[in-house]
Amino acid sequence: MLDAIGVKSMDELLVDIPRSLRIKELELPAGLSEFETMAEITALAARNRVYPDRLTFRGGGVYRRFVPAAVAAVTSKPEFYTAYTPYQPEASQGTLQTIYEFQTMIAELTSLDVANASLYDGATAVAEAAMMAHIQTDRTEVLVAGYLHPEYLEVLRAFSEGRGIKVRKGSEPSQKTAAVIFQQPDFLGLLTDAEALTEAAHRVGALAIACVDPISLAILKPPGEYGADIAIGEGQQLGLQPSYGGPHVGFIACRRELVRRLPGRLVGAAHDAAGRRGFVLALAAREQHIRREKATSNICTNHSLCALAASVYMTYMGPEGLRQIAEVSFKRAHSLADRLAALPGWELAFPDRQFLNEFPLRVPKAPAVIRKLARKGILGPLDVHRWFRELKGVVTFTCTEVNDPGAMDELLAVLES
Amino acid sequence: MSEPLSFELSRPSAQPPRLPEADPASPGPADVLPAGMLRARPPGLPRLSEPEIMRHYSRMASLNYSISEQFYPLGSCTMKYNPVANEAAAALPGFAGLHPYQDEDTVQGALELMWRLERALCAIVGVERVTLQPAAGAHGEWTALRMIQAYQHSRGEARTEVLVPDSAHGTNPASAALNGFHVVEVKSGADGRLHLADLESKLSPRTAALMLTNPNTLGLFEREILDIAHLVHSAGAMLYYDGANLNAFMGICRPGDMGFDAVHMNLHKTFTTPHGGGGPGAGPVGVKAELVPFLPAPTVERTDGHLTLDFKRPRSIGRVRSFYGNFGMLVRAYTYIVAMGGDGLTQASQDAVLSANYLRKQMEGDLEMPHEGPCMHEFVASARNLSHEGVRALDIAKALLDRDFYAPTIYFPLVVPEAIMVEPTETESKATLDAFARAIKEIVAEARSNPQSLHDEPKNLPVGRLDDVAAARHINSYLQGLSEDPVLRWKAPA
Repeated sequence: MLDAIGVKSMDELLVDIPRSLRIKELELPAGLSEFETMAEITALAARNRVYPDRLTFRGGGVYRRFVPAAVAAVTSKPEFYTAYTPYQPEASQGTLQTIYEFQTMIAELTSLDVANASLYDGATAVAEAAMMAHIQTDRTEVLVAGYLHPEYLEVLRAFSEGRGIKVRKGSEPSQKTAAVIFQQPDFLGLLTDAEALTEAAHRVGALAIACVDPISLAILKPPGEYGADIAIGEGQQLGLQPSYGGPHVGFIACRRELVRRLPGRLVGAAHDAAGRRGFVLALAAREQHIRREKATSNICTNHSLCALAASVYMTYMGPEGLRQIAEVSFKRAHSLADRLAALPGWELAFPDRQFLNEFPLRVPKAPAVIRKLARKGILGPLDVHRWFRELKGVVTFTCTEVNDPGAMDELLAVLES
Repeated sequence: MSEPLSFELSRPSAQPPRLPEADPASPGPADVLPAGMLRARPPGLPRLSEPEIMRHYSRMASLNYSISEQFYPLGSCTMKYNPVANEAAAALPGFAGLHPYQDEDTVQGALELMWRLERALCAIVGVERVTLQPAAGAHGEWTALRMIQAYQHSRGEARTEVLVPDSAHGTNPASAALNGFHVVEVKSGADGRLHLADLESKLSPRTAALMLTNPNTLGLFEREILDIAHLVHSAGAMLYYDGANLNAFMGICRPGDMGFDAVHMNLHKTFTTPHGGGGPGAGPVGVKAELVPFLPAPTVERTDGHLTLDFKRPRSIGRVRSFYGNFGMLVRAYTYIVAMGGDGLTQASQDAVLSANYLRKQMEGDLEMPHEGPCMHEFVASARNLSHEGVRALDIAKALLDRDFYAPTIYFPLVVPEAIMVEPTETESKATLDAFARAIKEIVAEARSNPQSLHDEPKNLPVGRLDDVAAARHINSYLQGLSEDPVLRWKAPA
């Protein structure tokens, strides 16, 4: 090949690199066979402790749920996972059509007009939605009401700081407020009066941004029906493994009037000269590769493969399946909450608030309780005092369809012992 | 050969899947929650059986080109082969089954992997520390600029401009603007490299940073990189490295030694995590010592073999993503680095440069090569020489699709008219490169003899050229309230 190029050595191809910059070698170990590589990686994996699904009662943004085998069977098809952003639509109809289906399902779930092709995660989705509101209203403050996931809040702050946007906590928006952001159910699992917050936002000309749990939307009134302008959320529960926090998938949907402000990719339907329907990247004029510094966001790569997993999951479940998952989780969580609140010294932290399948309890010696459960192989509740000073002794339990009644009995048995 | 949408295949009679059931006697949402909170109508998800679902997705998969089946020379995207061992590693229950809020003592293997990956990336690019949090390259760019901004603020400097070459990736100016910076464009010279005099005239006390990729998007190494670094640093600004083109020189040279202060890396390009049809990727950022205090929290620390997450970083820019980044992608990238080793990574970069130069030479007689070689890991050709025939870069791309090749990146970088940006990568054989060069030769011959036929390509794919102009018009009608068809989603026929 060097001959064909017309050079004598590799060095002649690297002639533009100043000699002083050339390094002798990388300070890394030499390569290994696949067998040895996997032995090393497997040894690292073995140094982690994996709690069984049924004995996991911790949530806080990442949940154990039943994942149908169909999900991995589809996402492990190399035609999907080794393709890239569908710049050539004629050779990327598979990816484009799955995204179009994902957009439709998210729009259906949230009852909003249009959803995009996905975002990185729930946290960056919150930040991107806030940026949309800032651009739309030309106002420089966003209001965060209630217990938003503390890491989402941190990401929102980091995004806002660079852009000169102020993040305020509270529930009273003003004329300066670009958006009121709330989570439903909130980080503790509690249900919020989403309609009241939406109305408060609209009264001052601000947008209402609902950060929603996608499974909850099988039960709860969707954001589009109570007037929210933008719905966002984390889609991990739709068929993705916990995987130490990622990769998961963020989603975003909005009203028709805001579509031009949406970040990231959007897929639309189009036709060829023969009248055949196909799918293309649409409204690219919002995007960085066309608009550069005037783009609605800098997103290029998003989380298509995770969106594909979510699509397979939602298609597998269908409306009835999703509803059943949500209901079973609801019923089991309420039954567990009753049993836990009956333990001596234990009580619901917010007894007058409703919840779905995650709930806060005030418990004596929370850290000791969690350690005791871990010793018995149970991933106990999440100690939320770490983030909220006012919540000393408060832990949140999560219960889903994977926590069978026997698992709850085991949990109670350890707590009572 | 098209596939109906799942919504069109949906059958009301399809049985929902069998799922765990709760005690029927226990109260449900409708018994407990106020009616006003409840969803009245179920969401319009499709109803299909498992066999129908599997066939639907298999048929859609067959409509895609992918690295697993086609040569995918998409410039700037480093579409190299994704080793399947990476997938096996990420799927290990000891990784995939970890909850992000498990106690540190129970995730020592995960933290050790992150720590070792950070050390390896530091060695490859020549920096002090790396954050693994950013989820993608653009996210990494934004994170790095945010750190630079915080660092300069901490020194009482209010620098408001970011310099970006006219050949830069679109994400560069967008990431700068997201941090509230004004973007100032720096011109390329006739040789395709950054114009030093123009750079000098645009540097000022307002300059926060210059964003640069090297080799640049034309595949050319910025020979004067040390002078560029000197100029930027003399102005008190920082030098940012866009790592999209890192595959060109692993083991050959390092951005840190060139004078870059912050470096992002695309694990989905250089380190073979799959592109997933558009993500998930991962965009770690490496920094020199003065930026270390500003890294996103938490960082992974190792003391006497024990690993911890350090959240107490008072000068940190905060968090840029929930949890610890796209951990599953970190596992894949680390697996690749272990398998390749220092020797293998060096060989990979050398082979990438060799492949690009070889293919460039093979195509030289057919398409214009606007810049003198040698190139690094990719090169930019131009279809300008076919303008007399009315044939454009787009036509060449579509004709390649018909010959079972994915198309190179076209119309980028913007500084080359009718640009065709080719990145063959090191994982393609000489036979594949030869076949691609032959296809280009055939297409160019066809352009000269029968240009009209090229305008009709692709002919062998599930759809022909799609009318995105009409689609945009329909979307506009919808957005203006003149139509009820959103185009951006399926709607049940009225």
